[in-house]
Amino acid sequence: MVNLIVIFMSIVFVNNFVLSQFLGICSFLGVSNKMSSAVGMGSAVVFVMVIAEAVTWPIQQLLNKFDMGYLQTVVFILVIAALVQFVEMFMKKYLPALQKALGIFLPLITTNCAILGATINAITFGYSFAESMIYSFGAGVGYMIAMILFAGVREEKLYNEEGVPAAFKGVPLILVSAAIMSLSFMGFAGMFQ
Amino acid sequence: MENKSKLSILTNGIIKENPVLVLLIGTCPALAVSTSLLNALGMGVAATAVLICSNIVISMLRKVIPDKVRIPCYIVVIAGFVTVVQFVLQAYAPELNKALGVFIPLIVVNCIILGRAEAFANKNTIVDSALDGIGMGLGFTLALALMGAIREFLGTGGLLGYTIIPGFSIGFFNLPPGGFFVYGILIAVLMKATHGKALKAKSFSCGVCPMYNSCNLAEANEEIAAEKAAVSQKGAEA
Repeated sequence: MVNLIVIFMSIVFVNNFVLSQFLGICSFLGVSNKMSSAVGMGSAVVFVMVIAEAVTWPIQQLLNKFDMGYLQTVVFILVIAALVQFVEMFMKKYLPALQKALGIFLPLITTNCAILGATINAITFGYSFAESMIYSFGAGVGYMIAMILFAGVREEKLYNEEGVPAAFKGVPLILVSAAIMSLSFMGFAGMFQ
Repeated sequence: MENKSKLSILTNGIIKENPVLVLLIGTCPALAVSTSLLNALGMGVAATAVLICSNIVISMLRKVIPDKVRIPCYIVVIAGFVTVVQFVLQAYAPELNKALGVFIPLIVVNCIILGRAEAFANKNTIVDSALDGIGMGLGFTLALALMGAIREFLGTGGLLGYTIIPGFSIGFFNLPPGGFFVYGILIAVLMKATHGKALKAKSFSCGVCPMYNSCNLAEANEEIAAEKAAVSQKGAEA
């Protein structure tokens, strides 16, 4: 039990997927301009990440049984792509409210490296099923926290481009802000190991 | 596309449309593996190899692949080549493989490779696609190497493991925040040098994503914009 808590806290804070492992940067920088889309994207990632982990972990055991562990990359990405399609269809039919909130972010998630990264990492670390479920849930929560915090920063009135040198306007300003946020997350380093 | 010279296809990816510094795609591996020059070069070469091979194969198959299922087909082709690269690295460069870790299998979802398949290899001949792959791959490798060299030099005071200035090191640049910082500064320098003309993407948004046109988010954004326009029109009428 303690083990599970350590895994969860460590992936949310110390090894945050976005800010210290650089997984899912494209969507982190791209969708964080509005709080509403940050929340939607974050919840969609948590949702898909947990389902993807629950499906890929047994598949890896099956591959190992037949000595085909090397097919991991090919199989995982196909399973995730098919899964996202399936989840989208299922939600459209049975959960239209949820589909409206998360649906538009789902296709973006297929090619989000955070999902594939979490499933592969859980296998590489040799986690048990329970551990990998907690790991992927924590990874998604960490992604969501980073996303919401950054959207909060970017929506803040104090965050504007007045007085910023011309060359730093736009993209460089976003990146330097992300650097400062990542720096603040470094404060968690060494808390859980 | 027909009247483009072979040379311009090749150099397009290196300078004019450099994926990392101008188009702002492929940022995840660029930030993650640029802690040292050697890792950056290794990642660049691995991604280039996959990019060239997948561009050639997808260009060969462009008349066979049905339009509706093209994205899954591209993913299968790319994933196959990534597995090959993984095997090669495991056999001949196990240390590099360990250093790059999960980012080798993650080449599968690298926006640059899928983006070039969708935007270029899908529509062009085999030779042109191969040249495009070489150019884009070189551009990616050079941008990564530049970031890797800056971060390794400032972080450890040396390059490729050799010490240049003994006792000099700013640990910040080896840490994750240093990656964001160096990338931001590099783009700022590029904008200053070219008076803001170089950057194709004005900001990080979904528009820079090569999958933009085949993604629902684009449609959703248009719908939201249309709704807003309708609301403001109503307001004006009232």
